[in-house]
Amino acid sequence: MEPILDVKELSISFTQYGRGTNQVLLPVIRDLSLTIGPGQVVAVVGSSGSGKSLLAHGILGILPYNSHMSGEINFLGQPLTQRRAEQVRGKEMVLVPQGVTYLDPLMQVGPQLRKGKKDPQTRARFRGVLDRYGLGEEVETLYPFELSGGMARRVLIATAAEAAPRLVIADEPTPGLDARAARRVLGHFRELAEGGAGVLLITHDLELALTIAHRVTVFYAGVTIEEADGADFAAGKLRHPYTRALWNALPQNGFVPIPGAQPGPGEGGEGCPLAPRCPRRRPECLGKIPYRPLDGGRVRCLYPEGGDL
Amino acid sequence: MKHRLFFTGKKLVRMVLLLLGVSLVAFLLMSASPLDPLQTNVGQAALGTMSQEQIAKLEDYWGVNDPPAQRYLGWLGDFVRGDMGTSLLYRQPVSQVIGQRLQNSLWLMAFAWVISGALGLTLGVIAGANRGKLVDKLIRGYCLLISSTPAFWLALVLLVVFGVWLGWLPIGLSVPIGVDAASVTLADRLYHAILPAITLSITGVANIALHTREKMADIMEQDYILLARARGESHRSIVLRHGLRNVALPAITLQFASISEIFGGSVLVEQVFSYPGLGQAAVNAGLGSDLPLLLGITVVSAALVFGGNLIADLLYGVVDPKIRRGVAKQ
Repeated sequence: MEPILDVKELSISFTQYGRGTNQVLLPVIRDLSLTIGPGQVVAVVGSSGSGKSLLAHGILGILPYNSHMSGEINFLGQPLTQRRAEQVRGKEMVLVPQGVTYLDPLMQVGPQLRKGKKDPQTRARFRGVLDRYGLGEEVETLYPFELSGGMARRVLIATAAEAAPRLVIADEPTPGLDARAARRVLGHFRELAEGGAGVLLITHDLELALTIAHRVTVFYAGVTIEEADGADFAAGKLRHPYTRALWNALPQNGFVPIPGAQPGPGEGGEGCPLAPRCPRRRPECLGKIPYRPLDGGRVRCLYPEGGDL
Repeated sequence: MKHRLFFTGKKLVRMVLLLLGVSLVAFLLMSASPLDPLQTNVGQAALGTMSQEQIAKLEDYWGVNDPPAQRYLGWLGDFVRGDMGTSLLYRQPVSQVIGQRLQNSLWLMAFAWVISGALGLTLGVIAGANRGKLVDKLIRGYCLLISSTPAFWLALVLLVVFGVWLGWLPIGLSVPIGVDAASVTLADRLYHAILPAITLSITGVANIALHTREKMADIMEQDYILLARARGESHRSIVLRHGLRNVALPAITLQFASISEIFGGSVLVEQVFSYPGLGQAAVNAGLGSDLPLLLGITVVSAALVFGGNLIADLLYGVVDPKIRRGVAKQ
């Protein structure tokens, strides 16, 4: 089965001005790899500031002008160049953003979704999609500030679903929603996956992600540290100490924090970003660490949990 | 509707207070002026040949010996009754002088206002939408150059080039010299207004374009632009559909706030081109200690600037759906 999206060793960095006119290259994502197959929901889980949103922007080719991307992205079996990204985005590849700020505040919902098209077919098509998400005709004449949080989220999903995409990239689609509304929103993504699309769910909420994700990639300080099956979490089959910590920090699992904080972009060297906080740190953790397969998943750790390496 | 009327009423009360304050400050500045009206307007030599009675009469005419409070209150009392007084320099009612001058200036300022607004908005949007690219650098470079150029100097340069070297345009005044006032045509007036109007426009454009560019660049970094791009909208469509729409609100503010700048610029430009407009009259009134005229011009121009801002505020209510719909719901 050909994967819909295959990302290999993706790195994204920014050019910034340091002191004076010195330009500094600031790495925000390092060596990210992930694969999404048809009908699959892959969650990328990481805390705020780990560079998750940039992953979405990088795939869609909408990174800011002062950024630099390297690595390999294949979409439907072909390399995803900037030019191809421009052709497929909004059609085969869609973004579901975080919230209402992604809608033009001065434009009514209907005309905004239709991208300026006014013909009856387009109108009918959008009417149908909005209907499917329980959004009545009156919603089309509302301005974004008149939408409730849940309505805004459904409008954004409807926008994406209308294009009949192969890949749906959802960037934090649930914050600000109560648990029930959030589960309903995630249900819409599951429907899209059941329709054969691949779904990349980017979120900080491990618990919610696990309710629908087939595969979970854990992201820490811009580095992918583990890829696991959704079922691995409940089964206790975790590989990386950070994933374990993330799991243990959930309220129902003991609410246990680990000391320290995530390093910012450009802080810390080549080695394991968790090293300063890791209970099982060894000197060699400061060197370059390979991302290797382990037990049906992948891990970037020299001394993984349950591993005998 | 009721809300909007209340809003307008509140603004008008504020305007009365503002005009009161502005006229008072103008009066105080004038009183503190070291210029002796007799020396400036009659001249040292002429004063020397006059008798004491004649000088006393002149002092009386220029109000030199009246206490300031009495002079101001006297002016205010008349003004409230609709009498702006008589200009000491022109020996005509102030309202008539202002009416005449304003007619000349209004052409000039309206032209400069429209041109600088339209051109400034266009350049600003183009530069902001293409931030960092060559076209942005060119527009920004041009605007920075123009805004660091004094308006009067620019006026002189244009006058030298187009009035003197090329001889295409008149070097000053608002009508041809030596022509009967009755036979001056509209074409003559327009012809004489071209250079001052262009000077005013050029200086106005830079300011508006730079501000618009800043706003536009901000807008281009908003989340909704990002989603529009992710949805496959072209750069052109994004700028036209979302950029222009969102830059409209700050553009309205800018456009109406620029009335004051055009006013200020016209004072200098009219001076250079000897154009008999309101700006020139203001300079004459200030230097010639013509208190009624100066106060009259101050109040009228302040009212115009305030009116401009009021229009901007009211337009906001029409353009911004948050205000429009928010009010309708209450």
